[in-house]
Amino acid sequence: MPSADEIKQRIEAAIPGAMAEVEDYTGGGDHFRATVVAAAFAGRSRIEQHKLVYDVFGSEIGGPIHALSLKTEAAQAQADATSGAINV
Amino acid sequence: MSESESNPIREAIAEAISEHETILFMKGTPEAPACGFSARTVAILQSLQAPFAAVDILPDPRIRQELSAVSGWPTIPQLFHEGELIGGCDIVTEMYESGELADALGVEAAPVEEIEAESTLAGSNGFTSIENRLS
Repeated sequence: MPSADEIKQRIEAAIPGAMAEVEDYTGGGDHFRATVVAAAFAGRSRIEQHKLVYDVFGSEIGGPIHALSLKTEAAQAQADATSGAINV
Repeated sequence: MSESESNPIREAIAEAISEHETILFMKGTPEAPACGFSARTVAILQSLQAPFAAVDILPDPRIRQELSAVSGWPTIPQLFHEGELIGGCDIVTEMYESGELADALGVEAAPVEEIEAESTLAGSNGFTSIENRLS
């Protein structure tokens, strides 16, 4: 049964430059919520960003990991926010 | 993969996606969702008054397996519009809160309300049953 910390480390190891915050929101080791910020997400759609994270776990999603709720953000977007063209 | 030549479940899924402008693959039904993520997604679609067809993936584990093979998406629910995967519960929620979902679905934007996963809203839309086509 993976821990939140293990999920975090695996995401950060697999996606270049990723920073992940992971919470085991039921405490049962099978329902996780993750916020992932990565430069690798820049220029990718939300679907593609989430797929990159899901791909880290393959068939474990739906298996030992019952739920992995995601929020992703391209690291680039934070730098862009100062340019004036802000998408909120 | 030996079944790739003739795979009735996969074909039924692809057909359902192409036949319905908006279609949600979920656990349970819009009237009785069997998972909080499916419930939340249904509640969002209903609050936008977006018409959608729904497929319950629970009756046969092969539906989920084949759906994920078709979409490349591992989790349930999965929302499709005009043949394209929009996303699962997280993306649908994010798009709802930003107002993008109404645009993507071509419906009037409604004021954003807090959607409770436990919401049980009355009324439903077309219900598509894939398993029934396989008998």
